[in-house]
Amino acid sequence: MAALPRTIFGYVRAHSWRNQLVILALTLSSLPFFYLWVELPKRIVDDALGGGPGARDFYGFEVSRLDYLWLLCLLFLVLVVVNGIFKYIINVYKGIVGERMLRRLRYELYGRILRFPPAQFRMTSQGQLVQMINAEVEPLGGFIGDAYSLPAYQGGMLLTILVFMFVQNPLMGFAAIALYPVQVLVIPRLQRQVNLLGKARVRQVRVLAEQIGETASGVDDIRANAATAFRAARFADELGKIFFIRLNIYKKKFFIKFLNNFLAQFAPFLFYSIGGYLVLQGELTIGAILAIVAAHEKLTSPWKELLTYYQMMWDSQIKYEQVVAQFDPDGLRPPLSDAPPEPVEPIAGALAARGVTACDLDGVRLETASFEIALPAHIAVQGAPGSGQSALLRAVAGLLPHETGSLRLGSHEVQRVDADVLGARVAYVGPGAHVFQGSVRDNLLLALKRHPRPSSGAAGGRRSARDQAEAVASANSPLDSAADWIDYAAAGCGDEQELEDCLARAVQTVRLEREVYGFGLRGTVDPAQAPDVVERVLEARRRFVERRRDDTRLARLVESFDPERFNQNATVAENLLFGTSLDPTYDIQRLPQSRYVRQVLREQGLDRELRRVGHALASTMVELFTDLPPDHEYFRRYSFIGADDLADYQALLGRVDEDQAAALDTGADAERLLALPMMLIPARHRLGLIDEALQDRLVRARHGLRAALPPAELAKIAFFEPDGFNRGASLQDNILFGRIALDQANAEATVTTQMAEIIDEMGLRRLILRVGLEAEAGVGGIRLSVAQRQKLALARALVRRPDVLVLDDATAVFDRQEQAALRDALLEAMAGRTVLWAHDHPEWIERFDRVIVLDRGHVAAVGTPAEIELRQRDASEAAE
Amino acid sequence: MSLNDDVKVLKSIPLFAKIEPAKLKLLAFTSERLTFMEGDDLFLEGDVGDAAYIILDGEASVRVGTPGGAVEVARIGRNDIVGEIAILCDIPRTATISALTDLVTLRISKDGFFHLVTQFPQVGVEIMAELAQRLQNTTQALTRARAELAAATGH
Repeated sequence: MAALPRTIFGYVRAHSWRNQLVILALTLSSLPFFYLWVELPKRIVDDALGGGPGARDFYGFEVSRLDYLWLLCLLFLVLVVVNGIFKYIINVYKGIVGERMLRRLRYELYGRILRFPPAQFRMTSQGQLVQMINAEVEPLGGFIGDAYSLPAYQGGMLLTILVFMFVQNPLMGFAAIALYPVQVLVIPRLQRQVNLLGKARVRQVRVLAEQIGETASGVDDIRANAATAFRAARFADELGKIFFIRLNIYKKKFFIKFLNNFLAQFAPFLFYSIGGYLVLQGELTIGAILAIVAAHEKLTSPWKELLTYYQMMWDSQIKYEQVVAQFDPDGLRPPLSDAPPEPVEPIAGALAARGVTACDLDGVRLETASFEIALPAHIAVQGAPGSGQSALLRAVAGLLPHETGSLRLGSHEVQRVDADVLGARVAYVGPGAHVFQGSVRDNLLLALKRHPRPSSGAAGGRRSARDQAEAVASANSPLDSAADWIDYAAAGCGDEQELEDCLARAVQTVRLEREVYGFGLRGTVDPAQAPDVVERVLEARRRFVERRRDDTRLARLVESFDPERFNQNATVAENLLFGTSLDPTYDIQRLPQSRYVRQVLREQGLDRELRRVGHALASTMVELFTDLPPDHEYFRRYSFIGADDLADYQALLGRVDEDQAAALDTGADAERLLALPMMLIPARHRLGLIDEALQDRLVRARHGLRAALPPAELAKIAFFEPDGFNRGASLQDNILFGRIALDQANAEATVTTQMAEIIDEMGLRRLILRVGLEAEAGVGGIRLSVAQRQKLALARALVRRPDVLVLDDATAVFDRQEQAALRDALLEAMAGRTVLWAHDHPEWIERFDRVIVLDRGHVAAVGTPAEIELRQRDASEAAE
Repeated sequence: MSLNDDVKVLKSIPLFAKIEPAKLKLLAFTSERLTFMEGDDLFLEGDVGDAAYIILDGEASVRVGTPGGAVEVARIGRNDIVGEIAILCDIPRTATISALTDLVTLRISKDGFFHLVTQFPQVGVEIMAELAQRLQNTTQALTRARAELAAATGH
């Protein structure tokens, strides 16, 4: 896989010439059948119907006239089928070839992104890359199938007809093609202009893609700077540019069509005028003219097809060229390898730089750096901002190619080892590390996934033989991403169980444990996936119940779920459903819309009562919130009714009084009033609207509802069962099995502490961390805080036990105290191994074995902390 | 225990006495009823304050730290308000309040209180009047105390 071919034909030939030959062969072999089919009607009319009675010769057999007719008609039908089958096969085959080539091209381009030199990302934006790989190459697939077969087929037809014409009359033949030179001269010139516009269009669409991408990622800053109108106007300008480019393309394209049509019709003009003259002169028969005109008619269709092909060809060529140019930068990394990685020698010896010069992306240069430090060592890299710390660190990690000099890590010459390979031994964490979509665990394991484990082969994988064959046919990665890729040895653990310990340790080292534990408590578990978790959580629930039995103070802080009692600290909806909704049908607000819920409420006469409550609630809300401005945060925090709906409810209250509300049966008002009290939590809202009688009736309705629901509906709800695990609820809620009392001071803190005690006493913490690791990070880690993301990246670097940990200002996002704590934890975890850490904490250098001081791109000093301090003291004394 | 009861209690507190009932209702709705168990602390001297508490039921002790240890300076009960200074300005708690019995309180957060004041300036004016009255009382008391002190020391 060297450089990409320059033209699309080059690309097609390089990767699909065999397929193109097959398409060509199929097309050509379909032609005789096609001609036979075209010719048949004439035979039916002339031979079977005309030609008088008597026997006919049918390919050597003598048959009667009527049989002859039947046979010809049958043959016609057979040929229709044969032609259809040919077309079908050819089209499907073309589709397969086109799609394979498209897949290959996209994979190749994506692979090239992975291989880009860092500088390339300054020139090509994310939006452009997406646009190119997704949209711009899309039409190429369709073209690739036709690349050779269409001109061959249509050109062949054209030639055949021309030959026929020349045989009929050379002069007329010349007349038919007399204008072809004009077309061949003029049309490409026009087409070139269209091509230029096409290029401009491609560039312009990329600008659009870029702006959309920028807007989506920077929307907060646009809004915060009140720049929405300006951004919108700018976008409108860009759309305007593309509009006029396209308009010009249309004009030119259709002018070409017009010219072509005109020239095509100019030939008949010649036939009739010159031919007519010749007829009058007696040099040509009328029959000959008619035959020639008919033949010329047949010329038009292939000629048109060829022209369309010509335009499509240029269109595809431009798109291909424009894309490929962006993906062939200098300094592309070596091609991706599917082979199992070679074991990488551990890094031992020294970090040695000899005249290393490198230029960072932000233009900061590192000039002829030379030093040597014996490894392992904890090395601090110091210097004023912009002194080249990042350039040095990224060069050591193999991420930034250096321009001159030699940089050796132990026995490795960094520049000569691929960053991927080096990555097995050297971990790098930058100031704003990236977290990927997937769970926290997926992110931690990223560094351990270098190659699928050989043993996992078919068992662990997901790819079928067909998928695999197709991937190989498109030169895609033959490796199955669903196989077991985890390199347990690299993490220093033997099996999955030990890996759990390793992950937990890494998370603990970077001080992310508390958060992951929190994710775990808030996380849900599928009982089918983790039966052990279910058992233990239920045991924790039992212990927590016991604790509450023994500790009356604790008992007051939690109101347990009791099938026979109304829970004051839960919503009316939860009390009614007595479970967690697994399906939107039974969400709090939509609950009264359920057919079954309504039926049960009506049977028990509860709907009347609840509408009455809804009415009272609405009037309280209107009274409380009516004077507040619509954007006041109280609406969000406290109101049952959004600011926009308040007026509607006010009107509703004007229409119906409480008794009328109770009597309403159907309609929007009835639904609204019934929905309102569903959100009511008596202990929080203290409106006194749900009295004891109503509570009892709601509990009865709860039982009624469960009895009335058919099995399919029951499956959509995870009911609160005192002895059962609730798969719709978090682990914390499962242990608690109730609600924290809202009217008790410090209830939440106390309950959390007590629960943590039970979890620790049962040794459940590890299990909860395991669930916590399954928490989704979101695209780009969006669901995590910046600090959490950074910690996750640090943990990810630790998990694979690197020989060298490169930290490029990697703790800057934390506060001072946290940074110090992380420093101690990381240095301890990396004891006996190398750390190369750029930070701006001069007071930390005592903690390191060696210090590199950089000053405006030059290595100012290298030494032990004591030496550096002495030097600095001398320097400051000299200054005085 | 309903919202209207809470409004009545608020109404009886001098600081809120002059505010119209509808606004007090909003204040009550955005406040929490919190029960402290016997022996629990509402807050500790020196803590940063973020809420005032109105005692709806029960008794609490107000203690202030002295070089010789904490000394109870007062007992408070039903309809008393504590910690209201904290919702007016940023100063640490000046005393520790502990529940002597189970103590039912209405917790008015600084946040909720400020929303009320910024949204309805009239409320602010009423509170200002009340505070000015208090200041006047304190100043008078101080003047009297100074005079007594001067008389006692003979200056």
